[in-house]
This record gives sequence, C-alpha cells and structure tokens, in this order.
Amino acid sequence: MSEWKKICALTDIPVLGSRVVKSENHGDIAIFRTSSDEVFAVHDKCPHKGGPLSQGIVHGKQVTCPLHSWKIELDSGNAIAPDVGCAKSFAAKTEGGDVFLSV
Amino acid sequence: MRKLKLVMVGNGMAGVRTIEEILKIAPDMYDITVFGAEPHPNYNRILLSPVLAGEMTIKDIILNDLDWYKDNGINLLTGKKVVTIDRKNRKVIADDGTEATYDRLLLATGSNPFILPVPGKDLPGVISYRDIADTDAMIATAATHKHAVVIGAGLLGLEAANGLAIRGMDVTIVHIGDWIMERQLDKMAGLMLQKALEAKGMKFRLPAQTAELIAGESGRVAAVKFKNGETIPADLVVMAAGIRPNTDLAEKAGLHCNRGIVVNDTLQTYDPRIYAVGECANHRGIAYGLVAPLFEQAKVCANHLAMYGIGRYQGSVTSTKLKVTGIDVFSAGDFSGGEGTEDIVLSDPGVGVYKRVVIKNDKIVGAVMYGDTVDGSWYFQMLKDAQDIHEIRDHLLFGKSNLGDVGHKGQNSAASLPDTAEVCGCNGVCKGTIVKAIKEKGIFTLEDVRKHTKASSSCGSCTGLVEQILASTIGGAYTPADSNSKAVCGCTDHSHGEVRKTIIDLHLLTIPLVMESMGWKTPNGCATCRPALNYYLTSSWPHEAVDDPQSRFINERAHANIQKDGTYSVVPRMWGGLTTPNELRAIADAAEKYKVPTVKVTGGQRIDLLGVKKDDLPKMWDDLAKAGMVSGHAYGKSLRTVKTCVGSEHCRFGTQLSMDMGVKLEKMLFGMYSPHKVKLAVSGCPRNCAEAGIKDVGVIGVDSGYEIYVAGNGGIKTEVAEFFCKVKTDDEVMEYSGAFIQLYREEGYYLERTVHYVQRVGLDYAKAKVVEDAANRKALYERLLFTLQGYKDPWLERSTSAGAVELKRPFEDLTV
Ligand code: SRM
Ligand SMILES: Cc1cc2nc3c(=O)[nH]c(=O)nc-3n(C[C@H](O)[C@H](O)[C@H](O)COP(=O)(O)OP(=O)(O)OC[C@H]3O[C@@H](n4cnc5c(N)ncnc54)[C@H](O)[C@@H]3O)c2cc1C
Ligand code: SF4
Ligand code: FES
Repeated sequence: MSEWKKICALTDIPVLGSRVVKSENHGDIAIFRTSSDEVFAVHDKCPHKGGPLSQGIVHGKQVTCPLHSWKIELDSGNAIAPDVGCAKSFAAKTEGGDVFLSV
Repeated sequence: MRKLKLVMVGNGMAGVRTIEEILKIAPDMYDITVFGAEPHPNYNRILLSPVLAGEMTIKDIILNDLDWYKDNGINLLTGKKVVTIDRKNRKVIADDGTEATYDRLLLATGSNPFILPVPGKDLPGVISYRDIADTDAMIATAATHKHAVVIGAGLLGLEAANGLAIRGMDVTIVHIGDWIMERQLDKMAGLMLQKALEAKGMKFRLPAQTAELIAGESGRVAAVKFKNGETIPADLVVMAAGIRPNTDLAEKAGLHCNRGIVVNDTLQTYDPRIYAVGECANHRGIAYGLVAPLFEQAKVCANHLAMYGIGRYQGSVTSTKLKVTGIDVFSAGDFSGGEGTEDIVLSDPGVGVYKRVVIKNDKIVGAVMYGDTVDGSWYFQMLKDAQDIHEIRDHLLFGKSNLGDVGHKGQNSAASLPDTAEVCGCNGVCKGTIVKAIKEKGIFTLEDVRKHTKASSSCGSCTGLVEQILASTIGGAYTPADSNSKAVCGCTDHSHGEVRKTIIDLHLLTIPLVMESMGWKTPNGCATCRPALNYYLTSSWPHEAVDDPQSRFINERAHANIQKDGTYSVVPRMWGGLTTPNELRAIADAAEKYKVPTVKVTGGQRIDLLGVKKDDLPKMWDDLAKAGMVSGHAYGKSLRTVKTCVGSEHCRFGTQLSMDMGVKLEKMLFGMYSPHKVKLAVSGCPRNCAEAGIKDVGVIGVDSGYEIYVAGNGGIKTEVAEFFCKVKTDDEVMEYSGAFIQLYREEGYYLERTVHYVQRVGLDYAKAKVVEDAANRKALYERLLFTLQGYKDPWLERSTSAGAVELKRPFEDLTV
C-alpha cells in the first residue's frame, strides 16, 4: 500500500458531489463527498458499461450512474442488487479539512 | 429497552409480507414468533397452479427460505397449529402444547376451502386445492388414475383442471352456474373461454348440481352423481367451489367475526392488541381472496404495528386474470351493468377477441376481456383513477397501444408470444426472461420486473406487454398503482401531489426541509426524488427557492448531453430554426477547433456537435457566445425547440408569419424548466409543415388568426395534439400558450409530459382554466413571465465566471 497523497481541500468538492483525479496507472478516480462530509474514492467507470460515475447523483453512501441508473456503493464500489458488478474502490480520508487518497 | 413480543399465527403470504414490512421500518422493535400449520416456510401460493401444470417445482416457489427466518431472528414454528388464544394472559397455545406470549398478535390464517355438504365428501380421493399437500396429492393421483372431476369453474377450479389435463387425466368440470367464471366474466367471454378450454381437452357439465360422491370397491371415490340422476366416473374429485375465511381460532377466542375477523382501517380487530390481515380478515364487509389487496393491507398493518400510526387501508378494487398458459382473460371492477351504465363492446369470435368496457357517468366501472388483454391494466388504471374517458370514448376499445407505439412490432398479446420474442426493444429482454424472473424471484410489481430484468425500464413503450405478462403469470396478484397516490419513489410514501402541496402550504425552500417535514426514509433521497423535489421547489417558489445543482441530472448540471462514452454533445439554440452565415461560421470554427467528431442536423431544426470533451465545454461555449449563440437546452426538463415552417414570408400558401411567431414564442420561453421537456411548433397554414400536431403546444396559422393545439407528443408513443382554442393575434398566441404551459408547470407531476398531464386532468379542465377563465389565464401568464424574469444563459455564465465547480477542470494529473 502506497502512502497517502493530499488531493485537495474538502471544500473543493461540492456536498453530494464529486471531483475527478486523473492517474496514470489507475485511470480516472472519482472522489465523492457525502452530506456528512465523508469522502470515498472509486474508479470513475461504471461496472455496467463504463459510465462516468463522477457525473452521477450522490445520495447516502451511493451514487446513481448517469447512463443507465445503476446504483453503486461508494465504500465498496459494488453495484446494488439486483445489478451485479464492482467498480474498484480506493482508500480516501479527510484530515484537517484536506482530502487524502491512497492507491 | 425490552423488545416487545409479536406472535403471528399463519405462515402465509399476507402474514409474512406484513413482517417483511415491519422489518423494513422497525427492525428492532419486536421479538417475532411465527406459527405455521403447514410444514413449509412461506411460499407463493398462487404459483401452485404452474407447479400442478408441471411448469415449475415446489422449490421454485418458496418466497422466504428457512435462512430468511434465521437471518431476521424470527422464531419459526412449522407444523404447529394454534388452537387457543388466551387473551387474558396474552398467549397462544398450539396443538402440541407449545405456548407463546405476546404483546401484539397478528392473525393471518387465510381461508378454508368450502366443501360441498354432499354425501361422500369425506371419501379418500376427494380433496380441495389450497396448499402444497393438495398439489402433491393431485400430482400423485394423476400418475395412477384416469378420471378427474373438478367441482366449480372459478379461477381455482379451471387452473386445477388445466393442470390435471396436462398431466394426462380425463377432466370434467362441473359447475352450477350458467357459464364458467360467472363471478369474473360475462356470458360471452365465459363461452369463448369454455371453447378454448374444450379445445385443450377439458369437458364441461353445466349447469349441473352435484348430489353425491359414490365410493368404489376399494372405498375410494369412484363416481359423481348429479341431481338429475346421471353419474360420471371419478377417481379424483377436486372441490373448488369457493373459500371461507378461516376464523375458527378467532371466534373461539371471542373476537368479533362476521364472515371474516372484523378489522378497522388499521387492520386492528376488536381486541386492540390483535391485528388480522389477509383472507381471514373482513374489512368494511369484504374478505378478499386475492393477493394484491393483502399486500396493501400488510403495508398499513405493519405501519401501525411499528407504532408509526400513519396510513389507513381503505379497501381495494381488484382485477383477475386466469393463469392458464396460452389463454388470455382479464376482468376488473363491476361489469354486471345495471342502471345508468353503458356498455362498449367489441366482439370478434372469429379471431377469438372479445372486449367489454362498462361505463357510468363517463367513467370506467368495469372491464372484461378475452383474447387480446394487453390493455387490461390500462382500463384498470383508469378505473382506479376514476378518469373521465369522455374524450377518448370513440377509440377506447382499440386500446392504448392501438396507435403509435413503437419498439416491439406493435405486438399486443403476450400470451401468443413465444418465449424468445423480444418484448423490450431498448434492453433486448425476451418474454421468457421476464416470466422466469417473475416466477423465480417471487415478483409482484412492475417496479420489480424493471429492476430485475430491465424490461420496460427505459422508454416504457412495452409497459403494457410487460404488465400483461406479469398479470398472466401471477393472476390477480398484479395491480397497477393509481397515478394520483403513487409514491414519488422508495424514499417516501408520499405522492407527487402531496409533496408539491406541502411545499406550497409550508413555504418550504430547500430539499432537506422537505425531507424533514415529510419524513423521508433515506438521508438524501435518491436520483429519482431529488430532481423532482428540486423542480417542485423552484417552480413553486421562483426566485426564492435556490436551485440545487447536485439534485439535477448531469445534463442539466453540465448544460450539455452526456454520451455513451462520457463525452458531451453541444446544441446551440437556433431561434425558430433560423440561423445566419455568421452563426454557421462560428459553429464550423468551433467544430474544427475542438475536433468534434460528428456534426449533425437534429430533428429539432438545429445543429448538434457530438463528442465534445467535458474540459472543452466552457471554451467552446465561450467561442459560440461571442457569435451571439446561447444554449439550446437540448438537455433537461426544459424548453427544447420551437419548430417553424417558412410561412407567409416566402411560402405561396402561408397565411401567417410562422417563423416570426415561433421566434417570439421561443424567446418568451427561453430558460424555462418544466415537469418534462416542452416542444412547440408553428406552421403557417394547415398543411402543417412544422408538424404542430405532435407538439406540447402546436400553433397553426389560418387566414383569420391561429389555431392552438396542445398535449401532442411525437416520441415513444405518438399522440396527436388536441384542439385547444382559436385566437386572432400574436399576443393572444403568447398569452394562451404561456398560460397553458404555466398550468402544466404548476400541476404536472415531475416527468409527466403535457399529454399525460392532460390525460390525467382532462382537456375540459385545462380549457376551463385557460380558455374560459380570462382572469385566471392572465394570472397564469403573469406567473410564467415572473418566473422567467432575469434568466441568464448558462453558457455565457459558465464561460465567463470561474465559479461553476461542476465544470472546473479535473485536478492536475496525479501520478500514482
Ligand atoms: C439530438 C436528437 C436526435 C437527433 O439527432 O435528431 C435527440 C436526441 C435524444 N433524445 Fe430525442 N432527440 C431529438 C429530437 C427528438 C424528437 C423530435 C423533435 O423534437 O422534433 C422527439 C419526438 C418529439 C417529442 O418529444 O414529442 C424526441 C423524443 C425523445 C424522447 C421521448 C419523449 C416522449 O415523451 O415520448 C426521449 C426520452 C425522454 O425524454 O425521456 C428522448 C431523449 C433523447 C436523448 C436526450 C436521450 C438521452 O436521454 O440521452 C437523446 C440525446 C442524444 C445525445 O446524446 O445527444 N427523445 N427526440 C434530437 C434533438 C432535437 C433538438 O434539436 O433538441
Ligand atoms: C391454487 C391457487 C391459485 C391462486 N391463484 C391466485 C392468483 O392467480 N392471483 C391471486 O391474487 N390470488 C391467487 N390465489 C389466492 C392467494 O393465494 C391467496 O389470496 C393468498 O395466499 C392468501 O394469503 P393469506 O396469507 O391470507 O393466506 P394463506 O396464504 O392461505 O396463509 C394462511 C396460512 O395460515 C396457516 N394457518 C391457518 N390456521 C392456522 C393456525 N390456527 N395455526 C397455524 N397456522 C395456521 C395455513 O396453513 C396457511 O399456511 C390462489 C390460491 C390458490 C390456492
Ligand atoms: S437519439 Fe433518440 S431515438 Fe436515437 S438512440 Fe438516442 S434516444 Fe433513441
Ligand atoms: S454504464 Fe453505468 S448504469 Fe450503464
């Protein structure tokens, strides 16, 4: 496991919104912020047909994919039943008002 | 806190559904004990028919397996029949002496089959058709014996007969009425059904009355004797002559019963600690014998057992469907006719189609259909909604799908489709897949079919077919929700109308406030309710409620249309379809500069730049804005296009300046958000080259002025716009169109197009509010103009201000 990298300030991500981090080895990673200011990092690629999850609507600890409305769990990257599939998730945390990511 | 004790008697469909509902809303409130007389966990009783017909096995129809009880901490006691309720000491006692004390008791004991009181009724070989044991007995008998007699030609009897015939028995159905299923079908439909069943090898005796069941040498039943003295051979007799609510236990405990355990609108019996649901309960004088009402009861009962105290059960209107493969029959409501009712009948015995709709005061009160039942759910929905059908009366019988449906080759009969037929053209789902999912997953609702199979979940044009498949697989257990009380989504039980009313009454201005005031079940709603709430807030309180970008679909946030590969398409507005060399040059330059892969003329008279990278959007807008172009809102629940024809400026037939009129309308409505998208068209003469007849508002120039048509739709289902009014001047066109659109904005439910809104409230209503009431029309029009005041083009805003977070460039590449 590599070390934590500072990404941005928490306030740079809208509440119930997301930002995208580009990474060479892992493709785009979407960082989500929930209404309780938790952050989650998930590969920005829906397990269904690759829709950009970062563009979806965030609710609770889930995001609804903008293309065909699969719901994805932010902590695990798992699709909510009855859909089956998983987007890779990454470790993310906030500390002192900043967001950190570890890939 | 000590958990309360809930004891349930009767481990069947209604009871277990109630427990499921309780676990959803108050999972920690009760320690639950369940007594079930049968040795099985809860199974889908209605699918005993396909089991008997050999289409499924018992294993397939289990709804809640033993692990489910275990995982939810439920103490399940199978094979134990409760024989006593000791109300004083609040405990129940089973036949083997097992006792359980309760704080709340739920009775869900179902029904008992009615056994004809004839000599020989207790002979071996005489059974009823109610549970797994009966079904097993029939399957075993069919393997060793020849002659079966089914007494009673109701749903149950016919399904039993069908199964036994498929298993090779020689089956005679004996019925006391003049035609079969006389409680569900009128005579004509009954006769057609009988003919179809005879073609499958079943024999009928009717009207005939059974006098005696005669034993053979072995002591087993051997023959049935009728009142007229005739006898026919019978190695198996199935009594399917009706059911009686099972109230033995309740009556013994002194609970008030009267053809069912009497309950109030909260499903509570006369003992406040005891509730009853399902076939054993009598609510407002009715004990239901179908699954759909039981589910509604379960929901209300659970809410009260969970001590939320919200909701009343007010009774159900039911519909029935026979589950015999290959045969389509549907009936709903009251079709016996009578005073003040009218019949509309379509009968074609030649092709085996019969439809009868019974109407009273312009509303549907009953429907019977045979052969082509695709519109059963549609009639049923209108019946439940008490919709005025006056305007569609002339084509009512041709059905909803008669005109304009696309995407499934105009098929209208699910029964005749092979399993391999594609039902949902959007998602490529075949009939077989849908049937399999319904059976194996224990599905009862359209929503669940959509979830599990994706069928009907995209454009929805196959909804009628899917409903029909659902209905023919689970019989009357399927009921469409009525549109006025349908909950917005799973996050709430409130309907669209209730939500909007609360927002207005309480002057609510934010989504969290609405969710708090109305008891939302999820912390921040979902992708279905949030956009709806955002619309209701901003449309009810324009310039006061603040728009929430995170509650808008990505297209509305990004002001462009997302594509399958995550790029966007950009459609600049071309007012009324008009453009200039300068604009075209700007578009051409932008297309080159940002390497746009596809440039296309849309069906809405403008140009689409497809495949733009998100990062390029603000830059491209900036360029287009410099040429004076603004967003075309090709996305969003908003004003889309105002299509025009050339009109009198150039056309030799033109009577009005249609381009001019179109541009004026489009400028007036620019930036308008609405329940769904809104499209207009203006044609210069009745040749109607702008296709005004399929628009939300269509304007047609005539020599003396303009005709206005409303509520057309050219999409999934082609709907022709209806004549609204005739006006003289351009200003009147603006005022009348604007007022109609504002009425729709204020009353339409989110995602309801104008056509569906007008179908729901009636064209006469819309006319009364807009055409006939001048003061109201002016007020509506003013509210529209007020809402649209000061709207700024989102492209211009975003391209110049750095503020729009949604469109900020992604972060610097982070190499990890
Ligand atoms: C671009 C265009 C097709 C084209 O290349 O011509 C188009 C493209 C889309 N239409 Fe359309 N429609 C386009 C004209 C139409 C028309 C014709 C018209 O407007 O004259 C219709 C039928 C008329 C009508 O709406 O009454 C039409 C009926 C639909 C429908 C069905 C609506 C209905 O109520 O039945 C949908 C689905 C929906 O909105 O839920 C839809 C949805 C869509 C979406 C937005 C699908 C989506 O949600 O992503 C498509 C976006 C494609 C994309 O990625 O950009 N589109 N669509 C047309 C844009 C016109 C414009 O300039 O704004
Ligand atoms: C063959 C068949 C086909 C059907 N087809 C359809 C259809 O197509 N559409 C439709 O809507 N409906 C259909 N029905 C009706 C539907 O199955 C019933 O309406 C529904 O099952 C009733 O649910 P319930 O929970 O009230 O009763 P049940 O499901 O009958 O459950 C009651 C349970 O309580 C148990 N019980 C009774 N007394 C006691 C006691 N004292 N102690 C312990 N346990 C007890 C019984 O053994 C039974 O298991 C069909 C029924 C049958 C039999
Ligand atoms: S543009 Fe319209 S018709 Fe064409 S595929 Fe997309 S939604 Fe379907
Ligand atoms: S790509 Fe995400 S739901 Fe289809």
